[in-house]
Amino acid sequence: MISKTINLTLKVWRQNRSDKIGRLETYPAKDISVDMSFLEMLDVVNEDLTRQKKEPIAFDHDCREGICGMCGAVVNGRAHGHEKETTLCQLHMRHFSDGDTIVIEPWRARAFPLIKDLVVDRSALDKVIAAGGYISVNAGGAPDANSLPISRDVAEKAFNAAACIGCGACVAACPNASAMLFVSAKVSHLAALPQGKPEAARRAMAMVRQMDACGFGNCSNETECEAECPKGISIIEIARLNREYFKSEFA
Amino acid sequence: MNWFIEMLRSSIGKKLMMAITGLAFILFLLIHLIGNLTLYGGKELFLSYVDHLHALGPLIRVAEIGLLTFAIIHVSTGLILFWQNLQARPVRYQVDKRAGGRTIGSATMPYTGVLILGFVVVHLLNFHFIDHTQQTVFQAVDATFAMLPYVVFYTVAVIVVAIHVSHGFWSLFQTIGANHIKYMPAIKGLGVIISLLVAAGFGFIPVYVSFIM
Repeated sequence: MISKTINLTLKVWRQNRSDKIGRLETYPAKDISVDMSFLEMLDVVNEDLTRQKKEPIAFDHDCREGICGMCGAVVNGRAHGHEKETTLCQLHMRHFSDGDTIVIEPWRARAFPLIKDLVVDRSALDKVIAAGGYISVNAGGAPDANSLPISRDVAEKAFNAAACIGCGACVAACPNASAMLFVSAKVSHLAALPQGKPEAARRAMAMVRQMDACGFGNCSNETECEAECPKGISIIEIARLNREYFKSEFA
Repeated sequence: MNWFIEMLRSSIGKKLMMAITGLAFILFLLIHLIGNLTLYGGKELFLSYVDHLHALGPLIRVAEIGLLTFAIIHVSTGLILFWQNLQARPVRYQVDKRAGGRTIGSATMPYTGVLILGFVVVHLLNFHFIDHTQQTVFQAVDATFAMLPYVVFYTVAVIVVAIHVSHGFWSLFQTIGANHIKYMPAIKGLGVIISLLVAAGFGFIPVYVSFIM
């Protein structure tokens, strides 16, 4: 069965290094199957570029099933494209029409320096995690089942926050390039569970300090992050982070 | 005290300062509105309200100093946040679309804030820093709103205040950590009601004084 194909015009941000000047380059994307994902469409374009002895477009990707957080670009002004709760790899070309022009840009934030084309360095998020996004226990043997009872409500609360894949779309979508949704997801995920509670206060303070030091903007409750988050993380997590942070500072 | 300064310097600390001072201004606005409503009762009622207010004496001074301090904190922190947030994205997007989170209020906070600061200065020059021995406050109100540009200016200004409050009100609850699926819809609703009250309540006063009174 031959699926429907469409022709597109891409305007892609090309930039060799962060210190070089970048610009939008126009490429045709011909005979794109609507069943392809956005990344597969880029693969097709890159095959063409390679055949023409041109430098293929650099972009980040890994699992291509929406769970690793590696891919991501701003498509027509929207992080991961216009579909709700979708990563770029899960954005299918059926959501575009024949003849569309698609502008593709990298995540833009001072804290995410550009590496090449659509690839940015998101290690600032790793630094925030290293500052406190963990639980300090000597692992030892596996505990017995049900030795640490956790109610379903608490588990769900933790899971909602733990859904964060750290893709950085919240930073990219935030008008202030703030990482509060990411940091809040990590803080409230761990603070909800008994294993994470003992360090909750120290963690909130350390991660917020690190977030500020990385050069992210300040949250001003624009709520663009929750609208763009591919995992549907709510700004309720940010309110919880604020509570944890005040607890850590005032208590 | 060091930890306190450090806390206020953090991004969440700055939000906290905006939230607390903002809440104080909203409460002030509502009390100010209740007082101003006496204008609808005519000259006698309004002047009697003014007399009662001034009879509070030293309390008024304390309130004035408090409001001025809060204004300095709110404006300077707001400007710092605006500047830092611009710096956080040195290269802007060529195409930038909203995902549905931003509102007119949230997108214009720094701009409406600066406009409100200008308005407050004019407002104080009109009614506060005048020779109170030569005229009553009522005469000042009457004389100001006899001029059509002032009627337009004040009405537009309070609409700007309402836009600012429309984001500020629910936002301050979010900042202090009071966001819960049970209560947030009510808080947001209350924010809309307060914004409309501010716009309609204050906005109609110049029109009333100018054309109806």
